[in-house]
Amino acid sequence: MTATATTPPPIHAPTAKEKKYDRQLRLWAASGQQALEESHVLLVIAGNGDVCSGSSVAGVETLKNLVLPSIGNFTIADSAKVTEADLGINFFLTSQSLGQSRAEECKQLLEELNPDVQGHAITTPLSDLLQDPSHLRPYNLIILCAPLPQEQRRIFCEHAQQYSVSLIHVQSAGFYSSFSIQLPSVFPIVDTHPDPDSIQDLRLLSPWPELLAEAKALDDLDKLEDHDHGHVPYALILLYYLEKWKQNNEGKAPDTFKDKTQFRDMVRAAARTDNAEGGEENFDEAAAAVLKTVAPFSIKSGCREMFEKDSCKVINKDSASFWIIAAAIKSFYETHGVLPLPGSLPDMKAKSADYIKLQNIYKSKARKDVAEVAQSVRSMEKKFSRKDVILDGEIEAFCKNAAHVKVLEGSLLPQLRIENGDVQTRKTMLKELQNTETLLPILLAFENGSRSQLDDMIANNGKIDFEALNNQFAEVERVGGRELHNISSVTGGMVAQEAIKIITRQYVPVDNTCIFDGIGGTTLVLKL
Amino acid sequence: MDSPQAVNGMESRARWKYLDSILSTKSPYADPDYIPGEDVITFLESSRVLVIGAGGLGCEILKNLALSGFKDIHVIDMDTIDVSNLNRQFLFRQSDVGKSKAEVAAAFVESRVPGVKITPYNGKIQDKDEDYYMQFKLVICGLDSIEARRWINSTLVSMVDMEEPESLKPLIDGGTEGFKGQARVILPTVSSCIECQLSMHAPRAAVPLCTLASIPRQPQHCIEWAHIIAWDEQRKGDVLDTDDPEHITWLYKTALDRAKQFNIPGVTYSMTQGVVKNIIPAIASTNAIIAAACCNEAFKIATSCAPYLENYMLYTGDSDASGLYTYTFAAEKKDDCPVCGNLAQTIRIDPDMTLGEFIASLAERAEAQLKKPSLRTESTSLYYQAPKQLEEQTRPNLEKKMRDLLTDGEEVAVSDQALAIDFRYKLVFER
Ligand SMILES: [Zn+2]
Repeated sequence: MTATATTPPPIHAPTAKEKKYDRQLRLWAASGQQALEESHVLLVIAGNGDVCSGSSVAGVETLKNLVLPSIGNFTIADSAKVTEADLGINFFLTSQSLGQSRAEECKQLLEELNPDVQGHAITTPLSDLLQDPSHLRPYNLIILCAPLPQEQRRIFCEHAQQYSVSLIHVQSAGFYSSFSIQLPSVFPIVDTHPDPDSIQDLRLLSPWPELLAEAKALDDLDKLEDHDHGHVPYALILLYYLEKWKQNNEGKAPDTFKDKTQFRDMVRAAARTDNAEGGEENFDEAAAAVLKTVAPFSIKSGCREMFEKDSCKVINKDSASFWIIAAAIKSFYETHGVLPLPGSLPDMKAKSADYIKLQNIYKSKARKDVAEVAQSVRSMEKKFSRKDVILDGEIEAFCKNAAHVKVLEGSLLPQLRIENGDVQTRKTMLKELQNTETLLPILLAFENGSRSQLDDMIANNGKIDFEALNNQFAEVERVGGRELHNISSVTGGMVAQEAIKIITRQYVPVDNTCIFDGIGGTTLVLKL
Repeated sequence: MDSPQAVNGMESRARWKYLDSILSTKSPYADPDYIPGEDVITFLESSRVLVIGAGGLGCEILKNLALSGFKDIHVIDMDTIDVSNLNRQFLFRQSDVGKSKAEVAAAFVESRVPGVKITPYNGKIQDKDEDYYMQFKLVICGLDSIEARRWINSTLVSMVDMEEPESLKPLIDGGTEGFKGQARVILPTVSSCIECQLSMHAPRAAVPLCTLASIPRQPQHCIEWAHIIAWDEQRKGDVLDTDDPEHITWLYKTALDRAKQFNIPGVTYSMTQGVVKNIIPAIASTNAIIAAACCNEAFKIATSCAPYLENYMLYTGDSDASGLYTYTFAAEKKDDCPVCGNLAQTIRIDPDMTLGEFIASLAERAEAQLKKPSLRTESTSLYYQAPKQLEEQTRPNLEKKMRDLLTDGEEVAVSDQALAIDFRYKLVFER
């Protein structure tokens, strides 16, 4: 789960910066930190002041959670002046801020949180800023606080699509909030940080010669001394008994659930019990691992989908390095029927030297696989006379995570698609509205004027819980766009987590909408 | 107590315009008997609340309460500010390093939000008695220590007097790790308590000593060896201080030497620190989510303007399947909870294990997690950690087998000086 840093020189006391950011470097490592420090986030607030706070607190709280871990730069675009009502919900204003520019005041108090971060404020009206959208070029993440005038929202979204910049649309009012993410049309993630329990890949049913030789070298397990018998690593125990099983089953490995439980019993029965512990830990581990590890290799949907994409099938001189490596891995898969070996070995009861030897068998196979992928990457580079050489480290990281790589495909912000009356979006919404505990009406209620569109869509639909729907609409109407600090703070935390995932290209961001209900304490994540 | 008007002085309500407006209308989800308006606001302002912890969660909690209309807030924390806090504990600056967290945090929020009174206490929660805890309307915990949580939980449970509804203090608890966290609402004696839920927060299984001593395989095994075995052998008399860079460097080098001897790659200074100090990754955004979720519950409980959480929300921000998800559910109150239940908890044991081994196992059992327990039966003292004389007197029992000390199914009372309550376990023999 924690990212591994590269091995430091023998005595590497942490630098002042490493000390300050220690608790987060354990999550996204130096590479993630560098990406954060090189980014510039734009926060857009439509200052329309009196009755509604325009989700400004959700936006400013998001920035707080990005300034602390040291985002490089942030800019607040907000033409409003600070009112007394702002002081009751926004922590980054003081009584002296009254009547001043809200963007300037927030910028200053946010900057105080971290001297490593640069803040900027744009106080002219948004319409001025949008006269020339090229003003938006410096930003690699845009956060819009809703509501914004529709035409302006559209300009931001279209700019973001055009330049492959990510955009998050945030709304918070009363006990409810939502955010939607507009990702670039192609958003690949190599370092998805999968659950450590799900990444084991021991290849017990497709062992390579060196691994098989190691199991064969055990010769006859029954002849081993007790101490040695109790220290055979479980991966080798399973390989050893798989060979035995195959001898009795026409060369076939256990396949069905019944086979596997029988195989597990066979392994369990082989443990020696005439000792003080009444069993052997390594055999316990082996039996426990049967169902998970005695399975043919299969690739996950994320990887399969990646292979199916045109960008992966057709490589040319303009292909991004991601797709060149992906294509190389695809050809590896087509040749061998497996992905490159990740090469890590889980801890297992064993003598130190035996474990390290086995670990090295996995590692050197992984290196061999990387070399094969690298070779096909290099030949593609040559074929298309590419100038930028893809780094070995990038190929290695891709191979290591190949099974868990994801490619998300962004499309126009759902709110705009709803506005456009997009048929597919309507279909998805209609389906979602039939779930009894759906929170989707909250998002629709946030979108001004969508009630009539909604009523059209769901008229006389017996599967829809109209009471729940009406209550959610009534609650949104009741609070009239007024923020509660707590809800905006929860939301600012959620949006900041997503922003960090997008900027570092680590972990998987929400695709594409999340709705939070602070009354029930629940969320809904859905792809609209 | 001062009336809220007096606390406010001449300050106008303009600042609280949005809050007042939301509290002056009625949500469709509010209880039918709920009457919105001025009384609710007055009640909220007069509610004295206690915040335990002024760290990552605590800083956020203080800010949130101050901006939710609470005016009388107390905060307890025994820690001082460290440089590694600055990436998330946003009320502290470089120049505050070394000062009391509770005091700096309180002063900061008081100056930022006029009209809010925050009373800091720089010390331990165990310094305070029931009279102290009785003055609060509710308690919010933002702690990283399970022990402190268990202590305040059992204290609040034991304070409940059925005749006095005011003696029931809702406990709202938050915790985070990396991109994940949880918020829970506990009504002591009424709903599932921290102790009922203890097995959901099982401690990580310790690496067996024989692995550390003779067959290390992972860099962590080498670090644990340096920490648990080598330090005591080679630096006899030195008390290990995990905040002392010289000590960490020594452990790091010792672990590195051992790793070289066994050809184990991967020991780093940062990993050494992480293992030895049991460092949990922490980021501002997760603290923000959990702290605000907790304060949102405090706000709903204090105003009754909407129903509160029943009773547990788990937040996962690093799901590789959906990006994030929450799991909200009602954790169950357990009849055999050692704190809020009235039945003894059953533990199955091997009767041939010694009392010493049983005591060691209590630290790791998910439902117990007791580090320094003392044990007695109805009739005899089995083992006491203190006072010294009693410890010496009961020490020989540690070598005896459980079957020679107890009958099958006998109840033992267990106490741990770190916690405020006696646990009752029924020990059933197995095998
Ligand atoms: Zn309980």
